[in-house]
Amino acid sequence: MSTAAATVRSNATSLRRMLPNWAWMIVFLALAILYPYILDQLLATPDDLLDASIQTLAYIIMALGLNIVVGFAGLLDLGYVAFFAIGAFVMGWLGSQQFPDVAGGKGIHILTPAKSAFGSNVPGIHINFFLIIFIAAIFTALWGVILGAPTLRLRGDYLAIVTLAFGEIVPRIFENATSGIFGIGSIDFSNGRQGITPIDKVNFPFSDEKFKYPLELKPIYFVGLAMVLLVIFFNRRLRDSRMGRAWIAVREDEVAAAAMGVNLVRTKLWAYALGAALGGFAGVFLATYNNTVNVDQFEFGFSVLILSMVIIGGMGNIWGVILGAIALSMFNRYGLKQLNGVPDKVGLDFDVTSINFGIFGFFLLAMMVLRPEGFIPSGRRKLELHGEVDEADHLGAESDHTLYDVREDR
Amino acid sequence: MEAASIPESPAARPPRPVARAIADNILWLLLGLALVVYFIKDPKQTLDDVKTGLSNGTIWALIALGYTLVYGIIELINFAHGEVFMIGSFVTVSIWQTLGVTPDNSIIAILGSMLVGIVLAMLASGTLNVMIERVAYKPLRNAPKLAPLITAIGMSFILQNVGLLWRGQPDASPDLIGSQKDYFSVFGVAIEHSDVFAVVVTAPLLIALVWFVGSTRYGKAMRATAQDPDAARLMGINVDRTISLTFLLGGLLAGAAGMIYALYNGTIQFNQGFTAGLIAFTAAVMGGIGNLKGAVVGGLIIGVIQSISDTHFGQVWTPAVVFAILILIMVFKPQGLFGEETREG
Repeated sequence: MSTAAATVRSNATSLRRMLPNWAWMIVFLALAILYPYILDQLLATPDDLLDASIQTLAYIIMALGLNIVVGFAGLLDLGYVAFFAIGAFVMGWLGSQQFPDVAGGKGIHILTPAKSAFGSNVPGIHINFFLIIFIAAIFTALWGVILGAPTLRLRGDYLAIVTLAFGEIVPRIFENATSGIFGIGSIDFSNGRQGITPIDKVNFPFSDEKFKYPLELKPIYFVGLAMVLLVIFFNRRLRDSRMGRAWIAVREDEVAAAAMGVNLVRTKLWAYALGAALGGFAGVFLATYNNTVNVDQFEFGFSVLILSMVIIGGMGNIWGVILGAIALSMFNRYGLKQLNGVPDKVGLDFDVTSINFGIFGFFLLAMMVLRPEGFIPSGRRKLELHGEVDEADHLGAESDHTLYDVREDR
Repeated sequence: MEAASIPESPAARPPRPVARAIADNILWLLLGLALVVYFIKDPKQTLDDVKTGLSNGTIWALIALGYTLVYGIIELINFAHGEVFMIGSFVTVSIWQTLGVTPDNSIIAILGSMLVGIVLAMLASGTLNVMIERVAYKPLRNAPKLAPLITAIGMSFILQNVGLLWRGQPDASPDLIGSQKDYFSVFGVAIEHSDVFAVVVTAPLLIALVWFVGSTRYGKAMRATAQDPDAARLMGINVDRTISLTFLLGGLLAGAAGMIYALYNGTIQFNQGFTAGLIAFTAAVMGGIGNLKGAVVGGLIIGVIQSISDTHFGQVWTPAVVFAILILIMVFKPQGLFGEETREG
């Protein structure tokens, strides 16, 4: 490590020690709450940036969810987009006019206004957003277990490829489920490539007033922020729980963990379930915020984007992952747009936004080669990556030595 | 690799009961059964599907060989391999467009430009694959095993976007061989120019590869490195160069596949590599990853599965069918048709 980096690090440490941890948390919380008002003061048109920030909140939740699977439990999941898709479709089914015929065309309304602005009945299922986020979380958690169960025997790169295949299959099933699923039934679940739109706006229970985004962004920002805070609290408690310690033990060494009495199946399935639940949680939010559930959103690149957030921030470290999510998502949604004019100036004709995944690919590559532990590494992980080769046994991978021995024995 | 899959002596293996053998191979039996059922229902259509599948499968076989060669030697899934194939297609079509060759040119001109196209595509893809190894995998040789997988994904995205900048829209390749025209027919199944072309180009490449790996000094070095890199190094084999050579071979085959794909399908686009890569990877796993023969057989089988699924489930479901098969094989039969049990299994 160079001296410059060491100086920066010791400065950062002394800065952090100026205040106790709880005080820093209050400072960040206050900043997050005041953020939209600060933008109002600083910028003439704050809506662009605030819009990007609201999307970022959802990405933070997903990155934290993937962090449970990849960072804590060490199971490389390349198909995380599946859970985003499932969560978003739950919102599409339970909060839009996708099924106009239910209840004889009158529709089902739970804590949502039953009449439109003109006083007519609104057909379709409409359940309050604050209920749907938890329904979706439970539903995606179930799917996390269903998709996770077959992969329990797998390790390393095989696990990664199987999850990738799941991530490809799920959106395709949604895309093609326009007349029942696998030819069973004739219900249109997804509207095919058009997607489900419009999606219900958020409203508080017992209030008929709907939020007015995209015209008015502050209320939905606070809803998103509240969800993020809930998830951070949940994640911190989980990490320090019995289950969290079991995840880390499994990540470090499956065999040793099992020998110490950790139930591998249960531990891994909980990681999949909780990671998936957070994906669904954020999926619901993005669905209503973007007002559409469209299969085009659910591509492999999305899984990789979330994975990049986890890796660049620092696998296994909650604050690192949040930082990674904020940095990449703001860069994706806002920073790239600002760079759009640059290629023109040097005589090239393309939009920077169109090659965003290429740029993320470059980040992944550079990060993995130069600083594999991420910007804010978890202490334990850093030791693994810079310790002896024999100790470098993370993410369920075999160390270099056993890699060939196993084949030799046969 | 071949050497890694030397079977134990037959005497050491206890005789297995039939039931056990059936249970072990249930996946293959079900696939075979499906083929027979479809054949009885509609013989002509099924024969036609098999023909399309086999000729299309040669492309997957060539790409799958790249996966299997690399996996055999350093146990790494070269995720960017599909993109190497895509670049091969792009290079070929660019050369043809630069030369301005059309189907109306003389047969000599067409054959010449095809030869130039395939050679340059192979060279470009081979060089690219070696460069990828240098940049993305070599620095991580001693890192935990998933680190190179992640850089591989990064590399794949970078190349895909290079392709996007190169040709943003799907582009047509000049139809040099009249690929849709019938050449001759067997049992009422029309064999098209493209089918003949795919087989005629692939077969010599396969023979050359088998000869190279099996009978040359370099091939011997590759097999030795696959078996035990440390011991190979002690025996004076330059392991780094051997690994580069393996990537070069994989890239050459991917480039050839790219050229065949361009003529066979008629259109090329920047994201063709991702799907093709996954399909070919499925083929490699199906045959038993690390096994050359397996990759070829797996490629052909996947081709047939695809064309049958196209006919009976519709094209929209085919990718899902292939991915489902990938999952089934990896979870229940990770050693594939010819491979031995792997670590992950």
